[in-house]
Amino acid sequence: MTDPILTVQNLNKSFGALKATDNVTLDLRAGEIHALIGPNGAGKSTLIAQITGALPPDSGNVGFLGRDISGLSTAERARAGMARTFQISALAMDYTVLQNAVLGALGARGGVFQMLRPVMRNKALLETAHQALDTVGLSDHAHKRTADLSHGQRRQLEVAVALTLAPKVFLMDEPMAGLGSEGSAQLITLLDRLRHQAPILLIEHDMDAVFALADRISVLVYGQIIATGTVDEIRANPAVRQAYLGEEDA
Amino acid sequence: MPRETLLNVLLMTALLAFPLWAHLADEPFLITLTTRAVIFAIAGIGLNVALGFGGLVSLGHAAFFGLGGYVMGILAYHAQTYTPLMEVPFLIEGTKSMPVIWLVAIVLSALAALAIGALSLRTSGVYFIMITLAFAQMFYFFTLSWPTYGGEDGLSIYVRNSFPGLNTMDPIQFYGLCYGLLMLVLAFVWALSRAPFGLMLGAARQNEARVAAVGQMPYALYLTAFTISGAITGLAGALFADLNRFVSPTMFSWHTSGEIMIFVILGGVGRVFGPVAGAVLFLLLEHILGGLSPYWHIYLGAVLLGVVLFARGGLYGLLAGREVAHD
Repeated sequence: MTDPILTVQNLNKSFGALKATDNVTLDLRAGEIHALIGPNGAGKSTLIAQITGALPPDSGNVGFLGRDISGLSTAERARAGMARTFQISALAMDYTVLQNAVLGALGARGGVFQMLRPVMRNKALLETAHQALDTVGLSDHAHKRTADLSHGQRRQLEVAVALTLAPKVFLMDEPMAGLGSEGSAQLITLLDRLRHQAPILLIEHDMDAVFALADRISVLVYGQIIATGTVDEIRANPAVRQAYLGEEDA
Repeated sequence: MPRETLLNVLLMTALLAFPLWAHLADEPFLITLTTRAVIFAIAGIGLNVALGFGGLVSLGHAAFFGLGGYVMGILAYHAQTYTPLMEVPFLIEGTKSMPVIWLVAIVLSALAALAIGALSLRTSGVYFIMITLAFAQMFYFFTLSWPTYGGEDGLSIYVRNSFPGLNTMDPIQFYGLCYGLLMLVLAFVWALSRAPFGLMLGAARQNEARVAAVGQMPYALYLTAFTISGAITGLAGALFADLNRFVSPTMFSWHTSGEIMIFVILGGVGRVFGPVAGAVLFLLLEHILGGLSPYWHIYLGAVLLGVVLFARGGLYGLLAGREVAHD
């Protein structure tokens, strides 16, 4: 079996007496969607922040493509091929859709301090950007102002910008958040295809999406991973049913 | 032609036609007034790179304006008194050559902006405003108590510095020089606003997390923008000192920082030609309202209030509409 793309080993993070991340170990293998689920306040966002480098862990390390990246900044991790989407869309709202996509291609390739040639005439960047918009189905809206997009279209653009980074791994923080059933169905189809481009660590509340997409699921409760397994294993796991799925039924 | 382009062309043509008319009508005062507008415009364009493109509200740009002024003052003072600036460890003499003075002004202001920016950009919001203000005030009080170069009396330069092939004491020729520099600075900033750097800097202003997520550091972008911003305002300072043939600590005072910011806000924050319109409007108001009352700043305040409340995009926002994303 091939080495995992992303590994998280014995990660710990406390805020005072609260253990937000409690000895978390997980990995992400090529071609898979690994879903991370857990009730509100389980520490999912804290975990993502440590993987992307926004928050330093108290101990433990994060490995990416076989090297320890614990000391790298968010920007360095992004350049190494870690593409994330945000739970709340983080886009340049005054820019056009195309400009946001070009931003991703530019950031990943470098040459940001070039000051004289117009960026929106750069064929290589435009091609990458158009391709990504095409993949998520936003081509028709390329010249719209991002602020004028619908909520669902912004979620799509988040994914498109991640795509322009030519990533080795996707970290998606609740990409379905706030989407209607039609929007969710579209995004599920998209993510299903993307896993072959780069594996996805998917944080999601939408259980239908998780069960439809995930190859493996890890369940996070009070900062601890209480179970990792296939969809069927997780469905059958009594501890999970009690801690998580049970609550939903109630 | 888009309305913004039309406005740019009108503005730049007027800035060419009016002084030429004043020259023919033998009104040197009006040429000097327009020269001030052009120099203030350059200072504003400098601040706009930080404030408009990067969202960095600096209330300390007088530091760079004054620095440019004192570069001119000190170099020309040593040239006119035939004393060296320093002898140890190597000899530096004064100079009356404008190109040399401009270059030194640009380099020194850039270095100062790099140092001030490196420290100030660790903060943001109100703290950033206060720290930049504090740095400028440090320069102000330093020059105020530095007797070598006139202290609070300032420093007079008897003859305007020289430019090869021109008689700089002739108002219209000096104006032409300033206008040419304004065009150069505008061309550079216009290119910058459309270049990769401009796109990424604007993105940092709108959403820092996005910039980090695509692999870039907002701090590095901000610091570069602040340095360029300071360098341009420094050049304006050197020109302003040459126009008046006089420098004093007033150039460093926070009133100056405030005025430069007013040019940007009046014209339209983040618009490339905005500070030009802002500086022209400011001097028009000063000229017209100043004739009505010595307390004309009251009316200026009312105009500013009107702009901030009803025309957030300044003159450019009002006349050319909201900025359209260019792609």
